Amino acid sequence: MFPVVFYWLGKISGALNRCIVSAFLAGLGMCSAQAAESGDVHLVADIFRPLSRPAEMLLEPTQLVLLVTLGIFLVVVGVLVFVLIQFRPRGPEDHLTEPPQIYGSNNIEMAWTVIPCLVVFVLVLVSARSIVEIQDAPVPENAIHIRLVGHQWWWEIHYPELGITTANEIHIPVSTRNGVQTPTHIQLESADVIHSFWVPQMAGKTDLVPNRINKTWMEPFQVGTFLGNCAEYCGTQHANMLLRVIVHEPKEFQKWVESQKRPTAEPEGALAIQGKKDFFDLSCINCHTVDGTLAKGVFGPDLTKFATRQTLGAGVAPRTPADIRAWLANPDSLKPGCYMPDMKLTPQQLDGLVAYLETLK
Amino acid sequence: MSANTEIDNVWKLPSHRKVGMVTLILAESALFTIFVVAYLFYMGKSLNPPFPREVLEFPLLGSIALFSSSATIFLAEKALHKGNRAGFLFWWGFTLVLGVYFLYFTGTEWVKLIYVDGLTIATNTFGTTFYSLVGLHAFHVVVGVMLLLGIFIAGIRNRLKASHTEHVEAISYYWHFVDCIWIVVLSVVYIISVRV
Amino acid sequence: MENDILIEDDYRLPDPVRLGDEPGSFTRIIQKIVFTVDHKILGLMYIGSALFFFVIAGLLASLMRIQLMYPNNTFLGPNAFNTSFTMHGTTMVFLVGMPMAFGFANYLVPLMIGARDMAFPRLNAFGFWVFFFGGCLLFFSYLGAPGLYAAGSAPDVGWFAYSPLTARAFSRGHSTDYWTLSLLLGGVGSVATALNVLVTVICCRCKGMTLGRLPIFVWSMLVLSFLVILALPCLSACQIMITLDRYLGAKFFDTQAGGSAVLWQHFFWIFGHPEVYILIMPAFAITSEVIPVFSRKPIFGYPIMVAALVSISFISLGVWAHHMFCVGMTSLENAFFVTSTLLVSIPTGIKIFNWIATMYGGRLRFELPLIFAVGFLFQFLIAGLTGVMLAVAPFDWQLSDSYFVVAHFHYVLIGGLLFTIFSGIYYWYPKAFGRMPNFKLGLWHFVFFTIGFHMTFLPQHFLGFLGMPRRIYTYQADRGWDEWNFVSTIGVLFQAVGILFFVYNLIYSYIRGESAGEDPWDAWTLEWATTSPPPDYNFAEMPVVKSRRPLWDAKHPDDPDWKYE
Ligand code: HEA
Ligand code: HEA
Ligand code: HEC
Ligand code: CUA
Ligand SMILES: [Cu+2]
Repeated sequence: MFPVVFYWLGKISGALNRCIVSAFLAGLGMCSAQAAESGDVHLVADIFRPLSRPAEMLLEPTQLVLLVTLGIFLVVVGVLVFVLIQFRPRGPEDHLTEPPQIYGSNNIEMAWTVIPCLVVFVLVLVSARSIVEIQDAPVPENAIHIRLVGHQWWWEIHYPELGITTANEIHIPVSTRNGVQTPTHIQLESADVIHSFWVPQMAGKTDLVPNRINKTWMEPFQVGTFLGNCAEYCGTQHANMLLRVIVHEPKEFQKWVESQKRPTAEPEGALAIQGKKDFFDLSCINCHTVDGTLAKGVFGPDLTKFATRQTLGAGVAPRTPADIRAWLANPDSLKPGCYMPDMKLTPQQLDGLVAYLETLK
Repeated sequence: MSANTEIDNVWKLPSHRKVGMVTLILAESALFTIFVVAYLFYMGKSLNPPFPREVLEFPLLGSIALFSSSATIFLAEKALHKGNRAGFLFWWGFTLVLGVYFLYFTGTEWVKLIYVDGLTIATNTFGTTFYSLVGLHAFHVVVGVMLLLGIFIAGIRNRLKASHTEHVEAISYYWHFVDCIWIVVLSVVYIISVRV
Repeated sequence: MENDILIEDDYRLPDPVRLGDEPGSFTRIIQKIVFTVDHKILGLMYIGSALFFFVIAGLLASLMRIQLMYPNNTFLGPNAFNTSFTMHGTTMVFLVGMPMAFGFANYLVPLMIGARDMAFPRLNAFGFWVFFFGGCLLFFSYLGAPGLYAAGSAPDVGWFAYSPLTARAFSRGHSTDYWTLSLLLGGVGSVATALNVLVTVICCRCKGMTLGRLPIFVWSMLVLSFLVILALPCLSACQIMITLDRYLGAKFFDTQAGGSAVLWQHFFWIFGHPEVYILIMPAFAITSEVIPVFSRKPIFGYPIMVAALVSISFISLGVWAHHMFCVGMTSLENAFFVTSTLLVSIPTGIKIFNWIATMYGGRLRFELPLIFAVGFLFQFLIAGLTGVMLAVAPFDWQLSDSYFVVAHFHYVLIGGLLFTIFSGIYYWYPKAFGRMPNFKLGLWHFVFFTIGFHMTFLPQHFLGFLGMPRRIYTYQADRGWDEWNFVSTIGVLFQAVGILFFVYNLIYSYIRGESAGEDPWDAWTLEWATTSPPPDYNFAEMPVVKSRRPLWDAKHPDDPDWKYE
């Protein structure tokens, strides 16, 4: 009985949305239209322009509650303004007499108790329905699985089935809405404190809690790069714990997977070779992993395919040679307080390390 | 109803000491609730031994002492209302002794747990929740004993006066409360959790 | 035992003249402040120190806003920013909101129920000083022991101090200890004061002041105290737990040893949600006094207003996990907390409708208190409705911990609470100081503060829609957040000007204000039946009450209220 009610209420609210809300939302959307989007990088993470389920599924109760509250707002403010104007002071002799003393009326009280009750009832049903739909969504067999581990202040990403480990940038395939659906299901964990996964155009938030496993999922229907943030305060560099989701066409995604699994070529050129030597002589390998080498540290991000990433240090800077150099010279200059130490490198070492890191692809 | 007749009736309000004590007890109950919930939440979740069923023994004597002290303090109050000073002092002193005995009993239990079983507050979540809950209760017993002692000394030195009956009553409320908490602690810690 | 009396009830203070100087001298004033157990002076001290802490916390907020004015700004580093929002939030909630409530309760409750003082005057003084030193301890963290690792160790864990960020491993030095211990102290003070208010209302009412005749202000304070009594100990319990964790190696929230980080959140919000209703109670209290008087009508639906208050407070004990929709609760739990949270809006709505109905058919007098109260109605409506949006869990999954939440709670806390505090201060200023507040200055205050307030916090809703998380000290330029952040920061300037007008008004009117007389607003509750300011003993002759509006009865003997109740 209950699911049926949910279903129909959902339908009705959906219809309502399409007719009335779109105008209202267009107004809201204006506040986001200002920032142009470059290429297919979606820099502005507007929650009203979801490009993936479940973010899209969130929109329906969202629009309903916006509509309802807007209605209540208009009615109550209307009455308030009317009362203020109607019963304003009208001249000095106004104060000489008192208005009729009215103590209350049970019928009226009844009315304004019952109406809100009905509103609440509808809102509860609609939210309950979409909570269940989103949270308890079944996991299809061909889903991509990811294990996302939060660290102060970067993201560790594993594809257990594909055997890939990377950091800060999640690559997933687009999921067609009619053909084969390939949603990505994510298992969320934390290595230290609480973080929160939030890529507004993909999915709502879910926290990464130490000693606990949470789940979320995404099913994008548009390719592009989507920005997200850590959304739970997690210490000094919470602000620079950025996350990007890169959505590919299925074929491109396969290519990416292969590129990640391909063994890394040995560096060529004296500079890079020297860099590699420094990388292993300095203590970098205590904290970083490069697959197929002695570097097996897990305190910092996996660097195996570092040169295939767009950004550096969980999104603080683009991954350009100049920025890598600045990062290695002093991580604090880009990300003050972060847990990668200043290794006190000489300019020669820096050149070598930058060259070496550029070969990790 | 005409308002006048009502005013003419005696305008009587509850004693502020008693209401104050009841309010304080309400606050204390909230405090205890959190610690009890923490205990229940972590029940059976410790990662390493010792576990409750291995080390906890039912605190029979301590509980008997504490529960009977509720009766003795009641008798003391009755004696006070009758104006029987000696009876009051006797029962009040008896309550005091029972309270102190309870503390002594808890003390020996803790010594055993720490030195024999190696359970400290930092051992595991059982240790943490156990010592904090039982310790919080014991702390309240300590406060109660001090209050009892204060009245007892005043009584012995013959300095109790009629207006102090309210103090005495408020303290006995507190003491009953400490007792009730022990019922909760006893059932949660020594009855339920040793079976998990 | 009657003849056993050996000691006298002798609670008199040391004779001031013996200790200090002639009356009015500086030593005398200090002495009066330190030794006083008079509820009126303590009340003013509460309000005064709350205003003082408000300015400090407001300045911290201004610093944060300056940092966020531009993307990639370097005005404040991450540490300074993180300590700023922690100190700002903590101060505003615990050292501004709560003491403000207690200040009003202290000053007005005994006057309104026709009592000579609080039930426990010395406990009252104790409560104040404990709160005050707690506050000083919190701010001492800026100067005090730097600890081993950090210079200047103001807390930087956010006002709800989620574990395990507060564990030794992630918070070295003593910053977290300052947060914990000062609030533990403050908690003791708050419980003491709340107990006092509660007992006063129950046990010290004057003749005829039945519970059904208490002014709604007093009812609100009663409910507030009740909530404090039930909720604050939960916070104290949390704080005892982290102190045990940090100093004795206990494992309450040690996630390495099987402890649970989510447990902290439950415990904190079991306190934290009732806390926000504690904060809004004074707003309900003040509005319920101001609106009737300036509409010249009794409050509409008194019994329902009281019932709504009581049910708000009861429901608020069962909604805490709406702060935790993202933490991974089951769908059933989520749905439960959506339901309970939405239920709160029903009694709250009833209150709003009743206030409007009180104005309906009245003769409005747009004096300062009413102007601010109308501002409250408007802004609290918006705030409540954004609260309803957040309560719909699917929406909250997007908006939780975003700037939308920041906007929501500043609309309640400033648009709701602070506006009524201003309203209340203007309303009772003549009672406390015997002089009228200046209308023009007050109007400027209102204009600047309202414009500034909306300018600062309205754009923050949009920032939330655009995916800006809260508590970030910096952001990148191309995310679409620049303009709104800039506008938001400029708004603070207007707010600050408004506050300056307010402070100036308080001082100016104290010196230059027109003399007020006993009852300048032609009001109906008992505090207006005595002189302004009231004498030490409040009432020369103890009042006797026959209805909810004793002064109305006195002014309209032909048509008294008690005929209708
Ligand atoms: C004074 C303080 C105060 C008050 C009164 C409220 C009132 C409400 N709050 Fe708010 N809230 C805060 C202070 C307050 N809040 C703070 C400080 C936080 C953030 C803490 C932090 O994270 O730092 C917060 C956060 C917060 C969250 C969590 C957001 C998140 O972090 O994810 C939620 C979610 O449900 C919420 C909901 C509500 C609701 C439903 C109300 C309701 O009580 C509102 C009721 C009022 C109305 C609804 C308007 C009037 C009603 C009508 C006109 C009737 C008709 C209406 C309907 C039938 C819908 N609040
Ligand atoms: C009663 C509660 C209250 C009040 C009144 C305020 C008032 C203000 N708050 Fe606050 N705020 C909170 C409670 C409150 N806040 C809480 C609980 C948090 C959460 C903390 C956390 O996340 O842990 C928060 C967080 C918070 C943030 C989010 C920080 C973040 O998440 O990164 C911001 C950002 O804009 C902010 C801004 C402001 C501003 C601009 C004011 C202004 O209204 C202040 C106005 C006052 C003044 C400006 C001072 C007085 C002026 C003068 C003496 C004149 C001279 C001054 C100048 C010339 C500048 N607050
Ligand atoms: C004490 C541990 C530690 C050592 C030693 C260390 N790093 Fe790091 N490194 C980290 C951490 C932690 C991060 C992530 C910082 C962040 O984003 O907050 C990091 C990030 C990086 C990144 C950016 C990775 C990405 O995907 O964004 C690079 C490149 C890097 N380190 C290279 C090096 C090199 C080269 C050395 C040696 C000269 C080195 N690290 C030594 C801990 C360390
Ligand atoms: Cu990780 Cu915030
Ligand atoms: Cu809440």
